[in-house]
Amino acid sequence: MNIGAHRGPLIRARQVSVRLGQRNVLEEVDLEVHAGEIVTLVGLNGAGKSTLVRTLLGIIQPDVGTVERMPDLRIGYSPQRLRRDPILPITVRRFLTIGARFGQERLAAVLEEVGASTILNHPMAEISGGELHRVLLAKALLRKPNLLVLDEPLAGVDIASQSELYSLISKFRERYGCGILLVSHDLHLVMTGTDRVVCLNRHVCCSGPPRTIARDPAFSMLFGPHVSEWLAVYPHSHDHRHDTMEDPAPPIGREHSR
Amino acid sequence: MEDFFLRALIGGMGITLATGPIGCFVVWLRVAYFGTALAHTVLLGVALGYLLRIEPVVAVLITCFLFAGCLALLERRAPVSLDTLLGVLAHLSLAGGLVALAFMENVRVDLIGYLFGDILSIGIVDLWLIAGTVAITLAAISWQWQNLLAITIDSDLAAAEGIPVERVRLLLIFLLAAVIAIGMKMVGMLLVVALVIIPAAAARRFSSTPETMGMVAIAIGAVSVGLGLMSSLTWNLPAGPAIVLVASLFFLAGLSAPVRRVFRS
Repeated sequence: MNIGAHRGPLIRARQVSVRLGQRNVLEEVDLEVHAGEIVTLVGLNGAGKSTLVRTLLGIIQPDVGTVERMPDLRIGYSPQRLRRDPILPITVRRFLTIGARFGQERLAAVLEEVGASTILNHPMAEISGGELHRVLLAKALLRKPNLLVLDEPLAGVDIASQSELYSLISKFRERYGCGILLVSHDLHLVMTGTDRVVCLNRHVCCSGPPRTIARDPAFSMLFGPHVSEWLAVYPHSHDHRHDTMEDPAPPIGREHSR
Repeated sequence: MEDFFLRALIGGMGITLATGPIGCFVVWLRVAYFGTALAHTVLLGVALGYLLRIEPVVAVLITCFLFAGCLALLERRAPVSLDTLLGVLAHLSLAGGLVALAFMENVRVDLIGYLFGDILSIGIVDLWLIAGTVAITLAAISWQWQNLLAITIDSDLAAAEGIPVERVRLLLIFLLAAVIAIGMKMVGMLLVVALVIIPAAAARRFSSTPETMGMVAIAIGAVSVGLGLMSSLTWNLPAGPAIVLVASLFFLAGLSAPVRRVFRS
């Protein structure tokens, strides 16, 4: 992998706006992910997280703005959900090897790494939700990605395995030198292992290192004071209102104009 | 064996080579109703054929593509579900086709023939047409097999891995339209989708990989054509419906058979 030679981000969204039907789902979003960096996208339901991910992946074309990719960018993507229908007879092994070229050793090694070796020959329709996330992670890793895009990779994974899987994800960046874009609801995990948090509410509310973000009024406005208090360790005042005309400028990120 | 019977047997069994694998994708992707809607455009295609003085089969194919195009355009704009939209467009095409044919003076269309087909009237030209369609379908499907499977499992995942999802999907629609246009001749527009989906649905119980399911679907389709034609000859049954009935028996038999488990280590 020749990431070191490339300067600048692996992927960069510039002023991306997306309309779906009558609704503005994304408004002037800027986002970039660099090699060796873990960026986590947080936001409430309907904030446009999945739309942004789909735009970055090239599935949706932005109405305004651009998505720039590093040449030879290889994305490993793990979707939030996968519709599994028993009418399609397919095993985990087959799912992982569709359209791919790699040896059995590599397949075994990656499955071992994500802890899914035992279900290799199970039908896809019969594995549990948590097992599915491990398999999707394996599928993403098998592509030798330089950018991992993981949409809610821990949803449905039991508590005991969550931190294990999360430390695994953190290890990927060291082992493969890849950049990682995470979408997550799990704020605890977000804050402990992320380099940069991007808080999305159709537009980018605020972004920065986890500690700074937790103190950001825009963040506490969105997630509620309890969440940010818990995360930021020290208390702070909540004088910021989302609907006032003269918002105090947040320490980092863009002002709210609503 | 009479010549017409032999032609029916060869033509019918031949087309199952295409309907088997295509039918699998139709049931995997849950687009059976899309196939039905395509079949409803047949009369409109026939009318177009008379108007432009071209082969009915070619005209039907063109209409099917136009239908798919309209659907893609309207899907993003209409405030109704895809299911409803398909229902509207399908019956709009059927009604439009009937009205268009009624308007054409000097044209006597064998409506019953188009509705129910006539496999026993398959001629040499039809056999060549079937052979061509089957060859193209099988070649295209084996060429794009991995990509087709990938978009079947998850189109977003496929897109992220660099598979040209829209092009592969278009290919599948093209093949489905071709198979329906050809199959319509045999079992008619009302039953042609049965020829596509029933063998595939029946095959699931006897298959453990996507590939075997495609092949089992071909086998069930071919046997259904054979048995259907035989029973039509023996008991003087209408051939097309007899074929569909036999295929349905396979499906029902499959329901009572145990699901074939994939080997577990």
